[in-house]
Amino acid sequence: MSRAGSITGGRRAWLSSRSGVIKAGRLLASLAATLLGLLLITFLIGRVMPIDPVLAVVGERATNEVYMATRAAMGLDEPLIVQFFNYLREVLTGDFGNSLLTSRPVIDDIARVFPATLELATVATLIGVILGIPAGVLAAVHQGRWPDHLVRLIGLFGYSMPIFWLGLMGLLIFYGKLDWVAGPGRLDVFFEDIVPQVTGVILIDSLLAGDTEVFANALSHIILPASVLGYYSLAYISRMTRSFMLEQLAQEYVTTARVKGLSEARVIWRHALGNVMVPLITVVALSYASLLEGSVLTEIVFAWPGIGFYITNALLSADMNAVLGGTVVIGLVFIGLNLLSDVLYRFVDPRAR
Amino acid sequence: MIDRTLANGTRTGLLGWLTTDTPTSRAQARCIQTYLAWLGLARNPLAMLGLGIVVALVLAAVFAPLLAPADPLAQDLSRRLLPPGSPGYLLGSDELGRDILSRLLYGARVTLYIVALVVVTAPVFGLIVGTVAGYAGGWIDAVLMRMTDVFLAFPRLILALAFVAALGPGIGNAVLAIALTSWPPYARIARAETLTIRNSDFIAAIRLQGASPPRIVVGHVMPLCLSSVIVRVTLDMAGIILTAAGLGFLGLGAQPPLPEWGAMISTGRQFILDQWWVAAMPGLAIFTVSLGFNLLGDGLRDALDPRSGR
Repeated sequence: MSRAGSITGGRRAWLSSRSGVIKAGRLLASLAATLLGLLLITFLIGRVMPIDPVLAVVGERATNEVYMATRAAMGLDEPLIVQFFNYLREVLTGDFGNSLLTSRPVIDDIARVFPATLELATVATLIGVILGIPAGVLAAVHQGRWPDHLVRLIGLFGYSMPIFWLGLMGLLIFYGKLDWVAGPGRLDVFFEDIVPQVTGVILIDSLLAGDTEVFANALSHIILPASVLGYYSLAYISRMTRSFMLEQLAQEYVTTARVKGLSEARVIWRHALGNVMVPLITVVALSYASLLEGSVLTEIVFAWPGIGFYITNALLSADMNAVLGGTVVIGLVFIGLNLLSDVLYRFVDPRAR
Repeated sequence: MIDRTLANGTRTGLLGWLTTDTPTSRAQARCIQTYLAWLGLARNPLAMLGLGIVVALVLAAVFAPLLAPADPLAQDLSRRLLPPGSPGYLLGSDELGRDILSRLLYGARVTLYIVALVVVTAPVFGLIVGTVAGYAGGWIDAVLMRMTDVFLAFPRLILALAFVAALGPGIGNAVLAIALTSWPPYARIARAETLTIRNSDFIAAIRLQGASPPRIVVGHVMPLCLSSVIVRVTLDMAGIILTAAGLGFLGLGAQPPLPEWGAMISTGRQFILDQWWVAAMPGLAIFTVSLGFNLLGDGLRDALDPRSGR
């Protein structure tokens, strides 16, 4: 309880102190610069591509006048710097152009596919956190003995395995041979479009509609891809938890707690782990963000209709608006998660304020 | 030279030259340092296993024509999709009747080629950016580090995908895309090292002797950043291999019929439920090689950089 009090008190202090304002201002400025850089990179990628965007619109047989007129209408005759500001204005208003493949605005497409990726990455992170943190704690407590070696081995395998291959082998064993889980996709065909779409996350939508059959089917579809992704998250989280825990267990307050006669479980799981939770926030946020990236390959393997699947399909049909739009959105989410972990860190750890 | 231990405990010969407390030249001091690092590494069995795997990869790539039982591109449609252990096909054959073992051995060349090209470009670029930023300070530092942060803000595979989309698929463009996305961590490391080095007395002494900033950075700062960058490179190699395989799997890296491991998994995907070995074998190869690099990298880090060991 005193802990909660100190956090709200600390927040007030953080907001009112002058250094806090300067820090927040610096954070915002660096955020804006990063955003600008991100957009500059995607803009340049869009400009160096060998496909002529005008030709894609007017076709091969257009006369020179039509070609030049379209070029001017698309703003491509302006100097590069003007084009960049035009691009900036479009992106900031959420306009990524139309997708060649679906002929719908890219932003609508992304809004449609993003919940699928979010669902997958969230379940995967949950798996990684629930298994990874206890594994890391156990490894640290039994440093140098077999639980430690086992956890390190699991982590090492996670860092070395191609995720798409692990997914394929998972499909082969758990779907092909054992038939424990459902195959690729988010739902079986006859379960599709039964529950009304509210959040786009099927696990939540089916619960809202009270349809347990759809929920069970969705769960059986998501469990394998989420476990594959979650394994990577587990490898990272357990490794970091282990090293943070080792640091804490060597501190004097742990000795004091033991001398006071607290049970070993209380010393480890409450005192030491409590202090580890703070840096772990950053680790979990980073692993969540990196799952968005890992999801590209996993989504391909499991035909999961998320943003990675969307970008890759767009890529293979040279649909640059969709590729760049998707890249910007993933970059934004990445930056957003980094910012979130930074802010959370400052709230939770009084030393970081 | 014969190694002998003299009465006072000092040794002669090559080993003595390598273990002396009083090196007589800069070259000897370097050799002693390398030897001591090697001793640290050799004590770690897992690191030696990693080294063994990496050496095996290099040997497989170099001697692929001698080791491979068949031509990796030779098709034989009457003998397609044979299971492992079939006569003449130790690891089975793929959908065009090509020997998977031979394709794996030749695939080691492709993997090594990609890794080598990335390793001679990205860390060098990162090293230059980092040392210049750290040594110069001021607005140069601010601009360069902001640039680094922007690249770090992108997920690596997504950025590589976007680059390949713009440049077109192919092994050269895949290398370029991976290099463009993997230099920022090296810049960060080199800058951090430079900041601790640049205020030391020996740098001040060199500056007083009239050395120009480029000379100080290239001749005196960069060599001291090398060891931490090398450790990071070894740790990153597994990531580079996995990214390259991922691009190959998506059809954006090496193009068929080149025997690239990721692309081989991609074709094996069609037969995954019935002819699992077509996808499983190249995956095992990728896994083994990245495991080797990870083990070696961990060992090198412990041997060269005791601070982060644990």
